[in-house]
Amino acid sequence: MNDTNKNNTVLRFLTCGSVDDGKSTLIGRLLFDTKTILTDTLSQIEKSSKKRGMSAIDLSLITDGLQAEREQGITIDVAYRYFSTGTRKYIIADAPGHEQYTRNMVTAASTSQLAIILIDARKGILTQTKRHSFLTKLVGIKHIVIAVNKMDLIEYDQEKYQSICDDYKIFASAIQLDQPGTKIQFIPMSALNGDMIVDRGSMIDWYKGPTLLEVLENLDTREDIKESALRLPIQYVCRPRDSDNKELHDFRAFMGRIESGLLQVNDKIKVLPSNQESTIKEIRIGDKILKKGIFEESVTVSLHDEIDVSRGDMLVHAHDELRSTKGFTAKVCWLSETNLSTNRTYLIMHTSRTSKAKIASINSKININSLALEEANDLKTNDIADVTFKLAQPLIVDKYANNRGTGAFIIIDESTFHTVGAGMIESIDK
Amino acid sequence: MKEKISHLDWLESEAIHIMREVAGQCANPVLLFSGGKDSLCLLRIAEKAFRPGRFPFPLMHIDTGHNYPEVINFRDKKANELGERLIVSSLEDSMKKGTIVLKQDDEPRNKYQSITLLEAIEEHEFDCCIGGARRDEEKARAKERIMSFRDEFGQWDPKNQRPELWNLYNAKVHRGENIRAFPISNWTEMDVWQYIEREELELPSIYFAHKRDIVKRSGAIVPITNVTPVRPGEVVENITVRFRTVGDITCTAPVISEADTVEKIIMETASTVITERGETRLDDQVSEASMEQRKKEGYF
Repeated sequence: MNDTNKNNTVLRFLTCGSVDDGKSTLIGRLLFDTKTILTDTLSQIEKSSKKRGMSAIDLSLITDGLQAEREQGITIDVAYRYFSTGTRKYIIADAPGHEQYTRNMVTAASTSQLAIILIDARKGILTQTKRHSFLTKLVGIKHIVIAVNKMDLIEYDQEKYQSICDDYKIFASAIQLDQPGTKIQFIPMSALNGDMIVDRGSMIDWYKGPTLLEVLENLDTREDIKESALRLPIQYVCRPRDSDNKELHDFRAFMGRIESGLLQVNDKIKVLPSNQESTIKEIRIGDKILKKGIFEESVTVSLHDEIDVSRGDMLVHAHDELRSTKGFTAKVCWLSETNLSTNRTYLIMHTSRTSKAKIASINSKININSLALEEANDLKTNDIADVTFKLAQPLIVDKYANNRGTGAFIIIDESTFHTVGAGMIESIDK
Repeated sequence: MKEKISHLDWLESEAIHIMREVAGQCANPVLLFSGGKDSLCLLRIAEKAFRPGRFPFPLMHIDTGHNYPEVINFRDKKANELGERLIVSSLEDSMKKGTIVLKQDDEPRNKYQSITLLEAIEEHEFDCCIGGARRDEEKARAKERIMSFRDEFGQWDPKNQRPELWNLYNAKVHRGENIRAFPISNWTEMDVWQYIEREELELPSIYFAHKRDIVKRSGAIVPITNVTPVRPGEVVENITVRFRTVGDITCTAPVISEADTVEKIIMETASTVITERGETRLDDQVSEASMEQRKKEGYF
C-alpha cells in the first residue's frame, strides 16, 4: 500500500532470527502483502529464484543485498527496509543471523521500538532465542513479539504452540524480561503461506489475537513528554555575523534535537556543564515560530540572556538536578575485531560531545549462551561486559534505562577512528 | 500528555540532525547538488538546519556535460536565490586532463562521475560529501550507513563498514579519507514527493508532464536529444511524459504520464507498479550488482 497519508507516524522495529527461522520470508511477506514490492523487483526475484533452481518465488530473496551475500546465500550486514500502510511508516532493521550476530543485532535494536523474535515451531526455544531475548532486554526494547513461525510444518497444532508460549514465559521471567512496562505478545504464523502476518488466513482459526500487522499498527509510540525530563544537546551554534541583515549581527541561536521531554517559550533553563541559567526567548524550526518543541524535534532556540553556549553543551530545565560526570559504569558491547586493551585511551562519543576515556575496570563479562557472569581481562568482538570508565572531559549523562538518547554512547579507536564499541550507562559517578 | 510527531516531521528532524552533525564534526564538508528532487529536499533541510546563518558548506555539482538545460538553469537559479556558493566540477575537464578516457563518444557518462568527484574532493580537500541517496532506491544502498566511510581511493567496503548505533554518527576521518553523509537515507520516493508538496518546493519543469520527442528502444522510452539521436529505422513520437529521476541524459528515461502537478504525481506514485530506478535508470539494469560495483569505485 503506497499510501498518500501525510499524518503517519514512524515505527521502527527489528527482526531477529536466522534464515532457517524464516526471517527473510517474514519480511518478504510483510512487504509483499502490503504491496510494497513493485513488479520489476518481483520479476528480478523471479529470475533469481529460477537461477537457483527454485520453482516458486522465494520471498526471502527480497532482502538479499550485496554481491557476496547472493553468492553465499547469507546476509552479512544490517539492512533497512521500508513500508507504509496509511497509518504508519515502518522502518525495518533486518539483522542477519549468522556471523557477527551480537554486533548486528545490537546495532539494529539501537534504533528500534519493537522486536520480532522468530521461533521455528518445530524446534521451540533454542539457545539463539535466548540470546535474542537477552539482547532485546539489554538494548531496552519495550515491545516484543514472539513470532512462532512455520506453523504449517506442525499442522497448525494449537497444543504445541501453547507449550512453546509457556516455555518462553518461564524463560522470560527467569531473565526478568517480563518487567512492568515491557509487553510480550505471542503470534502463531506461517510466513511462507502468509497466515497471521497481514492476512489471517484460514488455518489458525483457534487463535483469536491480532495479526502481526495489527500489532504493529496499534502500538502506542507516543512519548509522555511531560513525564520525561527535557534533554536538548546542542549540536551547532548559529552566529550570522557576516549577514547583510544588520539586525542579525548580535543574533545567536542554539541548534539541536530534543532527545526527550518538552521545551516551551519562557521556560527557565540552564546550560550544562556551566550551570548558567536563562529563559527561552524563541523556538523555531526553519521559518516556523513555535510555542513548544517536543521529543525528536530538531529545533533552533534563542535565549533572553547572553550566555556562553557551545556544541556539546546540554540545555535542561533550571530545576533539574542533572550534573556532569567524569566517570560511569556501563554495559558495553564490543564491536571491533581488535580486542579492547585496558592500557589504551579511547574516545567516547555521547550526544554531541566527545571525551577521551580510560578503562578503570572490566567488572564482568556475560556469557551470552548461559547468561552467567564471568571474570574478564579483555574484550573480544561480540563480547558484552560491565565496564567502568574514567573520562578526561565531563559528560552529561543519564542512565540508559531512564533515557536512551542520553544514556547511550559509542567508543571510537583514537588511531583508526573506527567505531569499536557501544555502551549503555547503568550507574553514574557522583 | 502523550505526543509523537508525524512521519514527515520525523524524517525532516532526523535529516536536520544529521546535517548539523556534519557541520559540527567535519572541517570542510560539501553538499552535492544536481538540481534533482532529492537534492532539492536537502537544500530545504539545510535551510531549516542553519538559517538565519549561512550554510557551513558550499554546493557542488558533478556535471557530466549531458544535462537537460532546464535542470542546469534551475540549478544556477536555486544557488543564486539561496546566496550560497556553487562549485561546478565537470567531466569534460577530467576528459581534457586525460583522467577520463571514453571508450566511445556517446557512451553513458554516469559511471565516470566518480572520477571527477574524487578529483574535486582532492582539489578542495573535502572531508565529507552530503548526498541525497536513499536506501529504498537500490539494494546495495539498503545496507549503507548514514555516514559512510570511504578510504583514500574513495572506495566503499561493504563488508567493513563502521557500525552505526542510535543517532550517534562517527564522522571522524584521517587526511585524504572521506565521509559520505546521507541525511535522507530513510526516505522513500513517496516521502520525497510528500515533502515537496508540503514545503511547496519548486522543481525543474521536466519533472512534470510535458510533450517530448521520444523513441521506444528495447522497452524503454528514450528522449531524442543531441547526445541521444534517433537511430536508423526508429520512429520518433511526440508524447506526454515526465521524468521520475533526473540524471545524465544518456541514462535517464522519462515515463508516459499526464501528471502535471505535485498532487497528481503523488497519486501516480501511490499507484505505480514499477520502482523508480527500474523504470528510469538504464544504468542499473546491466547486472544485479551494478550499483554496488559503482559504489566500491567511489560513486556516491
